[in-house]
Amino acid sequence: MESHSTEILLRWIVVIPLLGAMVNGLLNRRLPKQAAGLLACAAVGISFAMSVIVFLRLTGMPAAERMVTDTVATWIGFGKFQVDLAFAMDSLGAVMALVVTGVGFLIHIYSLGYMAHDAGFQRFFSYLNLFIFAMMTLVLGENLLMLFIGWEGVGLCSYLLIAFWFNDEANAAAGKKAFIVNRIGDFGFLIGMFLIGVTVLPHLHEGEGLFSFQVLQHHVGILAPVATAICLLLFVGATGKSAQIPLYIWLPDAMAGPTPVSALIHAATMVTAGVYMIARMNFLFVLSPTAMGVVAAVGVATAIFASSIALVQNDIKKVLAYSTVSQLGYMMLACGVGAFGVAIFHVMTHAFFKALLFLGSGSVIHAMSDEQDMRVMGGLKTKLPITYWTFLAGTLAIAGVFPLAGFFSKDEILWKTFSGELGGVLPWAIGFLAAGMTAFYMMRLVVMTFYGKNRASAEVQSHIHESPATMTGVLIVLAVLSIVGGWIGWPHFMGGGAWFENWLEPVFAGAHGAGAAAVAGGHGAGHVGHDTTIEWILAGASLAWGILGLSLGYFVYTRKVSIAESFRRLGGGFPHKVLLNKYYVDEGYEAVFIRPGFKLSKSILWKIVDAGLIDGLMVNGSALVVAVLGSVLRIFQNGMVRFYAWSFTIGVAVFVLYLSFSG
Amino acid sequence: MSFINDHILTLVTFVPLVGSLALWTVIKRAEFARVFALVVALVDFVLSLHLWFRFDAGRGDDQFVERVPWLLNGEVSYHMGMDGISLVLAMLTTFLGPLVILSTWQAVRERVPSFMACILFLQAAMLGTFFARDMLLFYVFWEAMLIPMYFIIGIWGGQRRIYAAVKFFIFTMVGSVFMLVGILYLYFQAGGMGLTDFMNLQIGHDAQLWLFAAFFLAFAIKVPVFPLHTWLPDAHVQAPTAGSVILAGVLLKMGTYGMLRFAMPLFPEGVAAFAPAISILAVIGIIYGALVAMVQPDVKKLVAYSSVSHLGFVVLGLFSLTPLGVAGGIFQMLAHGLSTGALFLLVGMIYERRHTREISEFGGLAHKMPVYAVFFMIATLASVGLPIMAGFIGEFMILFGTFNSETLEHGRLFAILAATGVVLGAIYMLWMYQRVFLGKLSNAKNEGLTDLSLREVVVLLPIVVFIFWLGVQPSLILNRVEASVERVLAPLTAAVAEAQGTAPSHTGILLPDGQRAEIGTAFGSDHQKFLIRDTESQR
Repeated sequence: MESHSTEILLRWIVVIPLLGAMVNGLLNRRLPKQAAGLLACAAVGISFAMSVIVFLRLTGMPAAERMVTDTVATWIGFGKFQVDLAFAMDSLGAVMALVVTGVGFLIHIYSLGYMAHDAGFQRFFSYLNLFIFAMMTLVLGENLLMLFIGWEGVGLCSYLLIAFWFNDEANAAAGKKAFIVNRIGDFGFLIGMFLIGVTVLPHLHEGEGLFSFQVLQHHVGILAPVATAICLLLFVGATGKSAQIPLYIWLPDAMAGPTPVSALIHAATMVTAGVYMIARMNFLFVLSPTAMGVVAAVGVATAIFASSIALVQNDIKKVLAYSTVSQLGYMMLACGVGAFGVAIFHVMTHAFFKALLFLGSGSVIHAMSDEQDMRVMGGLKTKLPITYWTFLAGTLAIAGVFPLAGFFSKDEILWKTFSGELGGVLPWAIGFLAAGMTAFYMMRLVVMTFYGKNRASAEVQSHIHESPATMTGVLIVLAVLSIVGGWIGWPHFMGGGAWFENWLEPVFAGAHGAGAAAVAGGHGAGHVGHDTTIEWILAGASLAWGILGLSLGYFVYTRKVSIAESFRRLGGGFPHKVLLNKYYVDEGYEAVFIRPGFKLSKSILWKIVDAGLIDGLMVNGSALVVAVLGSVLRIFQNGMVRFYAWSFTIGVAVFVLYLSFSG
Repeated sequence: MSFINDHILTLVTFVPLVGSLALWTVIKRAEFARVFALVVALVDFVLSLHLWFRFDAGRGDDQFVERVPWLLNGEVSYHMGMDGISLVLAMLTTFLGPLVILSTWQAVRERVPSFMACILFLQAAMLGTFFARDMLLFYVFWEAMLIPMYFIIGIWGGQRRIYAAVKFFIFTMVGSVFMLVGILYLYFQAGGMGLTDFMNLQIGHDAQLWLFAAFFLAFAIKVPVFPLHTWLPDAHVQAPTAGSVILAGVLLKMGTYGMLRFAMPLFPEGVAAFAPAISILAVIGIIYGALVAMVQPDVKKLVAYSSVSHLGFVVLGLFSLTPLGVAGGIFQMLAHGLSTGALFLLVGMIYERRHTREISEFGGLAHKMPVYAVFFMIATLASVGLPIMAGFIGEFMILFGTFNSETLEHGRLFAILAATGVVLGAIYMLWMYQRVFLGKLSNAKNEGLTDLSLREVVVLLPIVVFIFWLGVQPSLILNRVEASVERVLAPLTAAVAEAQGTAPSHTGILLPDGQRAEIGTAFGSDHQKFLIRDTESQR
């Protein structure tokens, strides 16, 4: 009986935030702000508490059976095509659920303060709850189609929240861009699902759900011949959601949303959905070295590409946005080299420190009267002490300073890239380089924001104040997590137990199994007797490199701004301009796809084909011929049709009567 | 009760007709006409609930059959029947009926009794079309739909209403005439007008092609299939809101229903010959409709072109000849009826207030009309096919079925091309939404706008409820159509496969489990070898 009650918790973990969203959405301003905020926080808090309960139950189960399933009903049932409305939590789902509800809860609390004076307070919390609902559907969905519901749902919430301040049409456009670019990714996802479905469907046994992860894993041999195609298609979806090349373009624009949204959705949780999906489908990805190679290559390319853009941005949130794109690239790299557990580890640590950094930037923006340009900031260290110290913790964490959270996960990714059979020295070197750039641009951000003199107007300066306790309290909690959160992944070579990876081991065990021999899944208890010297050397190099990046950033932007100046003028200022304009990728898409698409649709399809050819020539043209021949058209317009209608009615009546009586 | 049960189809069909006659002859006062029409439509809806609850979902054949010899010594009979496919479409009709009438409360002020008479007459004709199992009876109902629709557009329409009405009329008439010739030909062959008489005929190959073409043309115009669609935007733009809602909600489905009920089962060789071409047209319609919708300056025209796109999905699903694709097509008919019905209602509501539908006239409406904006958002997302809304289920099943089709060559390619419609749908709908509702309230003329009235909310709410209901619990529909789809499809796929010279394979989803169990165990032991065999056999 006890076990039954835990299972049923899964649906409530998902549904309670939905209820919160509905109450807030329907009552809206009729609900006082305090009540609305409390309700929303409570909904997520309850979800978190229930996630902890199920998690604790999982810890008591043997590793191989670590899974709780709650089947609500059949969702789509048609012949053998059966898809359940079902939730499941295994060790991977548990990590994601705890991160999403945990960090989500903290950001809800933070938003109480951040959004306190906003007229759309209730609407905001309604959307935020709705997001938690969708995200939990995504991570707890028992099958790929449930995951897809959540996938689309978080996309919708992202759209709604980016465009939250829709009075400014630029925000509305950014929201729309996010939705559409994600839809392009979803197109790949959909086709990938079709390919999975049609391949598996004929082999399904009675009672097996078509897209159930367990069923797919069971039938993975059938999927093997088409694994490369499926994985690449699913990966297209992942590049949309997780902002990888070439679909990352929506994420920087998404910063138009309120900062807690950037922290929750566009840093900590939603954008990691692509990584989660690949990790979830690991049993399939490991069958295709090609797909894995593509994932790793795109990941590492995105990592360096985005960090190069982050080097020169002046908007504090844009720096963090490109940093997020870059960090997501690391996670993809980890997936691509088969280190799924490490990818999820980085998802978690990144959720802590990137949420912290975004919320910290929110505190700064809040203090600076909604200013986001770092060129007019500076000197906030003393005025916003809690924000500063917590932000510094986040910066050191992302830069990979020992023993903060980012060190463990990022170092592990680089190590697996270096040592794994799917990795190599080149991707490692690129990732290593990007790590140094990360440290550099983060320190640049810290210096421009917190050090030196404040460069804002006197008016703005007079309003600078530390944020309320709801906000700073959350910053402190996240700072602690950013510092200690990586310790659960303390690696073996440093005398730790790599507990985090061991916990995930059962989910990725399949990656070691049959058919995966091609892939060195060097994760989990992957300490099979290698010499730890290289690992020590690389870890030391990572640390030194990170500290060097930080120091360089500090030195250049506090002492020798002239160095930055001369870099800016390098090559006639052209490289700097390219970086500042983000390699002109948006402009390129605009010129290649968007404008020609509109021109084609408007000038050719609508005006020429539809109005001209089909309607003008064929339809009205043939009518004209008739008209010319016998002025028929005019007769029609003079009521011929009405005449026809009546003659039809009368004719039928007469016909029927005649036949009735003659018969 | 048994009287009702035995004559329920007649009752559901003719109650609105009787109401229509009363409105035409006796009722003169506008206020009374409105209430009377609403009551009649509600009574009809309640009657149709009898169909819903008494329907035996386990059976795929016709139920509630009524058959009375009628003309020519019984060669023509009054033959009504209803399977699952007819059931769900009839329910859509009776469900939308009262909502449509309620939506015209203030929009229609002239000749109200006549207007209501047209609406009810139309409803009767549509229901009869879904129930008729005798070809002459079907044709009478089919043609009878034309007349009230012509008047609705031509009398209560916009500025270019005569042009639009005539265009609508001529297009449909041209198609119908060919079908009539086909029906007469078959009648002389079969010696009876019953659908079963026709089904039992052995028709030669060439005749099947011609007959299929004749029937298909009639139905394709109604859908409309590209490039026969140009009457639709004109009709929609000129029609009053109620006309557009019925047109998009139900009338367009007459075309796809006719294909599934008549053109396809009667002439499988025609299907075999034309399915590739039709699928190409369907895919073109999906993409073309979406692209042209994207650049429309008029909201209503945008929604009209989006119908071309959405109905393209339905046609594609039907001609995939897979149970999933066909059922998805039926589901999409309902989903489109709900979402596009809601969109036309919403467009009508703003038109009543501002007497314009130009997107450029709006902007920032969400500030003034938040409730309206929320409803519009929901309808938009439903149209875009977001999961847990009805549209997703239909599109997913159609695309999956097409991807999985064995009779349709290049089915996978068609599915992939059609899936781009999912992306394009998001583009044109969200872009329109942005320009109408978001940003600043830019036009001073919109300052005085009032949000939805209670009556308007009452009109929209049931539709929204069902959009979600069907999205979360699609079994509501799928259970009821499954047996009927199989019954229509099984002989059809066999015949088409035969015509194509290939035996039907054993991988269809609705086949018994025997072979698959074997396959499953074979896989367990020696999967590599099996996989090779399997891929070879699929080639």
